[in-house]
Amino acid sequence: MADIAQRHEPGHHPDMAPPASEIGVIGWLRKNLFSSPLNTVLTLVAAYIIYLIVPPLIDWAIISANWGEGTSRAACVKSGACWTMIRARFGLLMYGFYPADLRWRVDLTFVTQFIAMAALLIENVPYKKYSAIFLFCIYPIVAFFLLYGGLGLQHVDTSQWGGLMLTLVLSTTGIVASLPLGVLLALGRRSNLPVIRLLSIGFIEFVRGVPLISVLFMASVVFPLFLPEGMNFNKLLRAMAGITLFSAAYIAEVVRGGLQAIPKGQYEGAMSLGLNYWKMNLLIVLPQALRISIPGIVNSFIGLFMDTTLVLIIGQIELLGMAQSSARDPNWLGTINTALAFVSVVYFSFCFSMSRYSQYLERKLETGHKR
Amino acid sequence: MQVSDEVMISMDAVHKWYGQFHVLKDINLAVHKGERIVICGPSGSGKSTLIRCINALEEFQEGEIVVDGIELGPNLRRVDEVRREVGMVFQHFNLFPHLTVLENLTLAPIWVRKMPRAKAEEAAMLYLTRVKIPEQAKKYPGQLSGGQQQRVAIARSLCMNPKVMLFDEPTSALDPEMIKEVLDVMIELAQSGMTMICVTHEMGFARTVAHRVIFMDQGEIIEQNEPERFFNNPQSERTKLFLSQILHH
Repeated sequence: MADIAQRHEPGHHPDMAPPASEIGVIGWLRKNLFSSPLNTVLTLVAAYIIYLIVPPLIDWAIISANWGEGTSRAACVKSGACWTMIRARFGLLMYGFYPADLRWRVDLTFVTQFIAMAALLIENVPYKKYSAIFLFCIYPIVAFFLLYGGLGLQHVDTSQWGGLMLTLVLSTTGIVASLPLGVLLALGRRSNLPVIRLLSIGFIEFVRGVPLISVLFMASVVFPLFLPEGMNFNKLLRAMAGITLFSAAYIAEVVRGGLQAIPKGQYEGAMSLGLNYWKMNLLIVLPQALRISIPGIVNSFIGLFMDTTLVLIIGQIELLGMAQSSARDPNWLGTINTALAFVSVVYFSFCFSMSRYSQYLERKLETGHKR
Repeated sequence: MQVSDEVMISMDAVHKWYGQFHVLKDINLAVHKGERIVICGPSGSGKSTLIRCINALEEFQEGEIVVDGIELGPNLRRVDEVRREVGMVFQHFNLFPHLTVLENLTLAPIWVRKMPRAKAEEAAMLYLTRVKIPEQAKKYPGQLSGGQQQRVAIARSLCMNPKVMLFDEPTSALDPEMIKEVLDVMIELAQSGMTMICVTHEMGFARTVAHRVIFMDQGEIIEQNEPERFFNNPQSERTKLFLSQILHH
């Protein structure tokens, strides 16, 4: 206090520490939790709700849970979650009915994908260009042969694919294929050429007006009716195409929103330098529009990730389907809560990672655009 | 530097409509190589539209524009060829905010002129030095002041080695204390012999630099003359009125 009371010559006032009540733990508590009577009440109510929910959850999921090995529900004697079931069914949940001795191929596929993605997405890893070429051009071919067989590898029919592996195959191909398609549709919808514009509008509006379930159903049941006798496409491939086209329509509208936010001056600046339509869009307009659209695009990706569960209706059993059928097994009746909890944790971790990465990307691409 | 006899831009009986609205009425204009023209007039008189027609940012419905021997009819076929030779500076700069200053400058030389990156960067630094901001090369446009951004925009156009520079109210969006730094760059450019057409209300600039001042109103060229006579002895009533409004306050 002596310091504050003291007078200083003008222009010679030293920097002083703020009062103790404004900084540190106490300052933070005051500012964020107890800044007003209403805030104090809300803080106490929230604390009570957390008290009601969290301890029982921890008890169920960890303390009273069954962690041991076993072959039936009888092994789960404690009152909490029956993780024993997940352990017993882990292979099915991850790989579906993929032959056990060939599961290394699935592992190899996803480990490769994970490493290549890390190389591309983490900022400080060099050779980005080569990572991108590998991931988008070479890897899909490698992954196809590893998973499906061929070139000397034993054939594994897609009807045997299932569990998390199927979820990841569907969502990765859906995400990778639907983004460029969505961008093209968005550009098409803003095109000056009437034919392209009408086709884009027609496609987007039709697909958005139909539920994904009916698209998948049409792809698996109705579509083959129109094919000539003997000609048939793989059922999973048709589902994949359905999911991709469905997601592309939504992404197109998100990207169109981003395109509309780009001022006319950007187009004029690009045109006045002699850039043609494609160079203008690829170098000037899309980089800015896509940055703006990141939250919406990732929203669509997360939606697509969840939508893969719907392939259940065409008889493909992905992670959620596998968890449900596991809990329906006579040996494991009564473990549905555990099954759903497990599936939720897996879905959440994937979606939350996507969300966090998109936020990091938004920050990284911020260059002080706004004047 | 002297104005040559060679015609760089010729506009012949150009008419343009926005729907029912007749924006440009029978525009006839020949701009010689090395000539510097200032176009002024009240807002809505069509002066921006006129220069935007020269690099085909606007279509026109009748007449013909020839830029450096390249003919721009109403159907705009050889647009990209013309745009490569004509630089344009906008009121709101139109820099690319997601690229650094240096990337803004090298983009068109690399992608349109197919210049090697190293060479393009070398040239870009030369132009940045010429507009007196080489130290800002690694920054993003959003981190610069308005005057600096406009100078970057001028340098960006110069990097394409244009034969003509068009300026569309280059100082209108600037804070008063930044106008001079941009005008200085434009004056320096004028002294180097560049063919320039400027839409501007900077009458001091017109007096110092222009060979010819053109006054437009309601889509027509009302009067044109060399600056001395244009300002001291305007012929038409509308020119007199306009000059009295912008000069006496």
